[in-house]
Formats: sequence, C-alpha cells, structure tokens
Amino acid sequence: MIISLGILSATLLLALLLGVRGARSASFSASGTTSGTPSLEQWSVGNRGFGTILVFMLLAGEIYTTFTFLGGSGWAYGRGAPAFYIIAYGAVAYIMSYWLLPAIWQRATAWKVLSQSEYFTRAYGSPALGNVVAAVSIAALMPYLVLQLKGLGIIVSESSYGAISANAAIWIGTTATVIYVVLSGVRGSAMTAALKDAMVLMCVIGLGLILPYKLHGGIGPMFARIAAERPDFLTLPSSGMSPSWFASTVLLTVLGFYMWPHTFGSVFTARDASVFRRNAALMPLYQLVLLFVFFIGFAALLSIPGLQGTEVDLALLRVTRDTFSPWIVGLVGAAGLLTALVPGSLILMSIATTLARILRPPRKGQPADSATFARLLVPLLAGVALWFTFRGGGTFVTLLLMGYSMVTQLFPALLASLFPTARISAAGAIAGIVVGEAAVAATMLGGVSMATLLPGWSPRITDINAGFLAVILNIVTMVLVSRLSSRVTAPVSP
Amino acid sequence: MTKPYRLLALVPAVAILGAPWFANRIEPRILGMPFLLGWIVCWVLMASVVMAVIGALDSRRS
Repeated sequence: MIISLGILSATLLLALLLGVRGARSASFSASGTTSGTPSLEQWSVGNRGFGTILVFMLLAGEIYTTFTFLGGSGWAYGRGAPAFYIIAYGAVAYIMSYWLLPAIWQRATAWKVLSQSEYFTRAYGSPALGNVVAAVSIAALMPYLVLQLKGLGIIVSESSYGAISANAAIWIGTTATVIYVVLSGVRGSAMTAALKDAMVLMCVIGLGLILPYKLHGGIGPMFARIAAERPDFLTLPSSGMSPSWFASTVLLTVLGFYMWPHTFGSVFTARDASVFRRNAALMPLYQLVLLFVFFIGFAALLSIPGLQGTEVDLALLRVTRDTFSPWIVGLVGAAGLLTALVPGSLILMSIATTLARILRPPRKGQPADSATFARLLVPLLAGVALWFTFRGGGTFVTLLLMGYSMVTQLFPALLASLFPTARISAAGAIAGIVVGEAAVAATMLGGVSMATLLPGWSPRITDINAGFLAVILNIVTMVLVSRLSSRVTAPVSP
Repeated sequence: MTKPYRLLALVPAVAILGAPWFANRIEPRILGMPFLLGWIVCWVLMASVVMAVIGALDSRRS
C-alpha cells in the first residue's frame, strides 16, 4: 500500500515537473510579447510549430482518456463483442484524417484562428455562428472534464487501497493540472502526454499479455473458455447491438471524432500539413493498445465475475488488485491518473481559449494577444468543474452521454466550410446545428429511437443509431435554409 | 480522379464498417482471438499500411 502510494505521488510530481518544464523549452520570451509573457498563440497552440511526434502525442493524449482505459475494459467485461466498435471507429477516423485535417489546418493557419468557434466565425464570416459553436463546445466539454475528474478520483482511491479518498485525489490532481496549464500551456500538456503514453503502453500491454496467461493459461484458452461458457458473447447479436448498430455507430463516431473542440484545436499546433499525413499511418497502430485493454476486460470476466452496472468500469483495477502486488497496482493507478490529467489539461485550455477569443476578440493592427486573460480563466474554470464534480446531479450525467452526439452536429457545417461550392450560408449552418441539437435532445432525453419511429420494422433498420436521424435533419435544414436565405454568404476560401 | 491509388483507402474502411457482415463468427480463431476481433485487428493494421503507402505515393508526386 505504501509502495503504491509512493508511485502515485512520484508520478504526479514527475508530471508536474515535466509540465512546468514545458514553459522553459517553449522559449516564451523569444518572440511576440514583452517581458516573457507568452502570446495566446504560443500558449494555446505552441506557435503552430509542432512536428509529427508532438502532434501524435497530443492527439493520442486526448483521444485515449480514462474512458478508454476503464470504459474499454468495462465494455469488454460487460458486453463482449459490441466493445470491438471502440477499436473500429478510431481506425476509420484516422483514414479520414488524411484528407480532413490538412484541409482544416490550411484554413486555420491562414486565418490565424486559435479555437474551433473562431474557425467557424471566420469560415462563414459570422460571429453569431461562432457563438453558437462556442456554446455547443462548452456544453459538451464541461461534462467531459467532470468525467475525467471523477475517473481520476476512482482510479486513485482504488489503486491507493483507499488511503487517498476520491475527493482528495480530485483536488490534488486538479491543482497540479491548473499549475502546469497556466505556466506552460499546450507544451506542458505535450510533455505530460509523453509520460502518459510511455506508462499506458507499458501497463496496458503488460497486463493484457500477463493476465490472460497467469489466470487462464493464454489468450487462446481464455477465449475458448468464454466461447464455451457464453457462446453468444464474442459475436454481435442479431438484434440490439446488431451489425446495423455496429456499422452506424462506428460511422457516426467517426463524424464526431475530430469535432471535439480540444481535438480540433490540437490540429492548429502542427507546423505543416504533412504532419497529419504521417500521423494517419501512425495512429492506427496506437489504436491497437485497445486490444490489450479488451484482453484485460475478458480476463477479468472469468476471474472476477459479478460486477454489475457502473461497477464494470472497475474491472481493470479490481482484477489488477486481486492478481498483483501493490507496486504494480501503483503503476497502473499512476498510468490511469495521467489518462485523466492530460485530456483534462487540454480541455481546460480549450475552454479558456474559446472564451478568451470571444470575450476579447482579436483586432486588426494590434500586437499579438497576450495569453494572460486565458491563463486567468483556467483556475476559474477548474473551480467550476470541481463544483460540478462534487455536486453534479442527474442532468449532468445526461449531458455527458449527449456530449459526443452534440459535437457531431458540428460536422456538416465543418464539411461545407471546406467546399465553398456547396454554398452553405451562416444562417443555414446555424439552423442546421440548432435543429441537429434539438433532435439529439429528443432522441436522448425524449426516448425517441428508430424503433419508436418505425414500429414493426426489421432490426436491420431499427438498430441504426438514432444519431443519424439528427445528422440528416441537420443537413436537410442547413441546405434548405441556405437556399432560402436571401443574402448568401458562402464560406470563404483561405 | 488524378490519383486513383487513393481509392485504396476505401478498402480498410469498408472492411471495418462491414466487419459484422463479413466476419461475425468465433471460428476460425486468429492468434487465439475470436474471428470477428481478429478481422478488425487485421484491418486496423492494414489501415496503417495503406495510409503509409498512399502517403509515400503522394509525397513522391509532389
């Protein structure tokens, strides 16, 4: 227990040191503003100077979160084959990224934008659209940040054998994150992301290989046992989470993949477009980490059965605690801690940058914006997140589930911004997003699904993810309103 | 289309999206994994290879 506590504290300290050191290597005082205060461009997108490896670490840093770590093993444990969709969507999204990200990067760099909402403002020449996008971003990001903090609390209290309470862990982790985000901005996150990647790779691949052998005599024998005890568990059922569900959910998740404001913002850090082309080949390999996460979940299913409901997310930590000595538990907990801190830091920076750009819009002919205002927002936003983490009620959980669907609604307008010939107007984009979000709310809060809309139809149709309905309504509205609105202001080309 | 080799990218995408129709079974197992999981893993690896090939061909042209 003392050992695991030591490893956890040492990791947090190391992350803090690496994060703070990011400021020094950033050479903040070299250009732009006076007296060593970084410009917002330096602080939030690293002066657009990151190469392939740094961008890789940032993207991997924010895509593989506590949800991937705990949720991925929890899905394998609790649902079996439907969990495989988690490996599938990333790979398809990376194929798309080869064309999508260079196109976004090219425009964002030409316009010198720093946030997703600012991108939309510039692309459509409409601050109103930018504000709508900012509202969607923040409504989706805040719950996502709270999810990371809650995950952090669970991981640390489980892996310290209860020695540190979840609440204490959340306070300590958040404070450390705020310190390095304020001091070093995106460079700090990239540095801690490197530490995170190393620890996650080591722990997940290690556990994913050792657990099946130690507990069940190998990966083959483990799956043979599951197939014998639960023949349906390793394939998709013919209704419910059926093939239609799988393909539609993968496709929908791909559309939303880069629409998270902090992921979108990471695109701005790249120094040239070839960074994304190289990453399109690199990222799918990293996606295979999830395979080992699944092995851990399946190994837990046979050795510690009986976890129910939200407890399945503890499968990874429980099976590790039952099988290994405290120092391994400490390492796994430390890796888990970092999977919460790194995305958390990027989310904080993303919200702060979005707000800073809206409250203090850049003016022509003025010197580069200082990052001071955005940095001041960071502790404030962290305070709000803490408040929600400790006091959040049921509404909050719903917002969380809706987050992914909410950001997905930004995809049609983004795609249209890349094709000026589509002649989508700002009014069309706003109307599409508003209708899309309303449809998301109807499906997720109102219990509307394909099955309730089309009673009696075959599961092949009714299992299609209802999120598609929202995207289709969004596109139809966007096109119709664009055609009807008299003053058409099509997206400008870079 | 001036760069027909880029269509190669569709192959892993279709193989992954269509996995439950092509591969929704347990046998034959791939490295001990159920066939569905093994299929998806193979195509994730292929996605990496295909994108590397397209990237190399693209950069040679420019």
